[in-house]
Amino acid sequence: MVEMVSRPYASAFEKFAVGKPEILCLSADLTSSCEVDGFRDRHPDQFLSLGMAEQNMMSFAGGLGLAGFRPFIHTFGVFMYRRPYDQLMASIAYPRRKVRLMGFLPGITTPGGMTHQSIEDISVMRSIPNMTILETGDATEVESICEAADSIDGPVWCRVLRGSVPRLFDTPIKVGEMRVLSEGDDILVVTSGITTEEAMRARSALKEAGLSIRHIHLHTIKPFDHKQLLDHIGSVKHGVVTIENHVTEGGVGSLVAETMADAGVGKRLVRLGLKDTYAHGGSRAYLMRYYGLDALALVGGIEDIMGQKFGITEEDMEAARVDDVHSLVKAEAL
Amino acid sequence: MRNKKTSEEVALGIRRRVFEHSMRNNGGYLSQACSAGEQLAWLYNEELKLGDPTLPMIPKPFEGVPSADNPNYHTGAGYNGPFEPQYDRLFIAPAHYALVAYATLIEVGRMAPEGLEMFNKDGSSVEMIGAEHSPGMEVHNGTLGIGLSTGAGLAYGRKLKGEPGRTWVYMSDGEVQEGQTWEAVQAASFHGIDNLYAIMDVNQQQCDGAMDSVMEVGDLKAKFQNFGAVCVDIDGHDINAMRDAVNEPHDGKPLIILANTNPFHSMPILEERFPRLHYVRFKSEDERARMNVSIAKDLGVEPVDYSH
Ligand SMILES: Cc1ncc(C[n+]2csc(CCOP(=O)(O)OP(=O)(O)O)c2C)c(N)n1
Ligand SMILES: [Mg+2]
Repeated sequence: MVEMVSRPYASAFEKFAVGKPEILCLSADLTSSCEVDGFRDRHPDQFLSLGMAEQNMMSFAGGLGLAGFRPFIHTFGVFMYRRPYDQLMASIAYPRRKVRLMGFLPGITTPGGMTHQSIEDISVMRSIPNMTILETGDATEVESICEAADSIDGPVWCRVLRGSVPRLFDTPIKVGEMRVLSEGDDILVVTSGITTEEAMRARSALKEAGLSIRHIHLHTIKPFDHKQLLDHIGSVKHGVVTIENHVTEGGVGSLVAETMADAGVGKRLVRLGLKDTYAHGGSRAYLMRYYGLDALALVGGIEDIMGQKFGITEEDMEAARVDDVHSLVKAEAL
Repeated sequence: MRNKKTSEEVALGIRRRVFEHSMRNNGGYLSQACSAGEQLAWLYNEELKLGDPTLPMIPKPFEGVPSADNPNYHTGAGYNGPFEPQYDRLFIAPAHYALVAYATLIEVGRMAPEGLEMFNKDGSSVEMIGAEHSPGMEVHNGTLGIGLSTGAGLAYGRKLKGEPGRTWVYMSDGEVQEGQTWEAVQAASFHGIDNLYAIMDVNQQQCDGAMDSVMEVGDLKAKFQNFGAVCVDIDGHDINAMRDAVNEPHDGKPLIILANTNPFHSMPILEERFPRLHYVRFKSEDERARMNVSIAKDLGVEPVDYSH
């Protein structure tokens, strides 16, 4: 059974920021929802409430950067780039301000529907010059995201998990690297964020089906080590499957596709994720099934490449965790 | 289908439904029923001119998002009746008020009580954050601050077409922190959009707590007037005050009614949770039980049996 960690960001951010006066914690009326309410109460001198006014907050953070501070902005990811995109560009990305953009509730990890689900943020961030992109997939990565982000000389976009988060890894994020979770030679599976746990759920069933899976997990999406990915692709016989909590355009699937095309790799690639659609509101498990982001969808992608069915069903997967809508580790029901 | 009940009765009915729902689910947007009850009751029960619903009393499941490949797509606006020139239109701008808005639809006979049982259930259109496909909704307002602008555009378009129906926007006070709200008022005033009406729940609350502790917004009435609206300040629990406010002359300008409310009106025990009322989740079984008894008594109902 995986260990579940309660609110890993809350303690990690506090531990990281205390004693560093040049770190400021900014919030746009989602302070407890982003697990920095305790920090606000204990370290008011390092906390700035900017209200529900994200456009101002982005340029304001740029100004703090100009003054030598390294602001950590906390809100739901979606509210940090859709409306204030222009401010993000002109005040933060272009001048390379050291602003750390902590985007909570990535993709379909929220039942809030279209307006709350950041399903195209990686695509947007990948196309912004000067931007670094990190994504957390477990509690250890959440615990190390602040150091990782703050090691970057420029703006950083982070997809942060909150609430009850599984611990899958025991080493912190090392920016620029990738995690090799298994070293098989039939199919390469590339995951990031919450889809990594899904791929791990399918592990034993795929093994029993006689498949040798090479699985890599990405916490650093930009900059990216194309050479290492190509080595992994070269080590498998049949092809590559990507599965991401994001639309299939512009995210990890596209990153892998571009890497393959640039190098002239002629292997099959199946990109799983939201297929040119918005999502709607519902539980995470429901949305992952409905939109094809779960372990079963991954098996389908692998079957597509192998040209055969393995008869794997949900019962063959390792137990999925069912998130409690009314868990005390969440400030609301989002 | 109007005026079978008084608006006071509708407001009480809304609170009873939201209370029961929140008890059963161990939490909910309960405080918004306290603050918004009279406003939504007044709008739906007497002020809005709406036709009969065009969608089934029991909501259909989620039928997809807007897409060229989705011929079945429809919004939830049919619960407010057909789009006809003479009828009013309403947007619920703060989409997290959906629970209260759904309860209102039930109270005024526009949705079956079963609709509330579908709230936030997987595959349901009765979403927690009201989506545009949810009952009574026409546009997706989960990103706060866009409602009034959309309302202004719709109102202007309807004016150009000579439609007599009004466009109403139900707003929350948190929305005034977003710059877009002020851009909307500025444009509505500049273009003389006087068929645009808004009523705002000034409960002085937002996610992080009391608005004054998060970001002060100053004198709203003066600000709205300076941006070119006609603005009336009323007691948001006084339905007669709403009836008067809507008669305020506002030739060539939008009318904005600031409904000053109490976030624990009619459920005084919720004051224990002040200043964090945005989402009430019971912190313990003891708190849940105490609030159940106390609020049930305030609302004149039996405590909710939530054990099963
Ligand atoms: C653009 C945007 N930023 C942030 C949020 C998250 N959010 C949802 S409700 C809310 C509080 C706003 O206050 P108000 O609407 O007055 O809500 P009340 O607590 O009074 O119900 C916030 C910040 C959002 N939905 N949209
Ligand atoms: Mg409010």
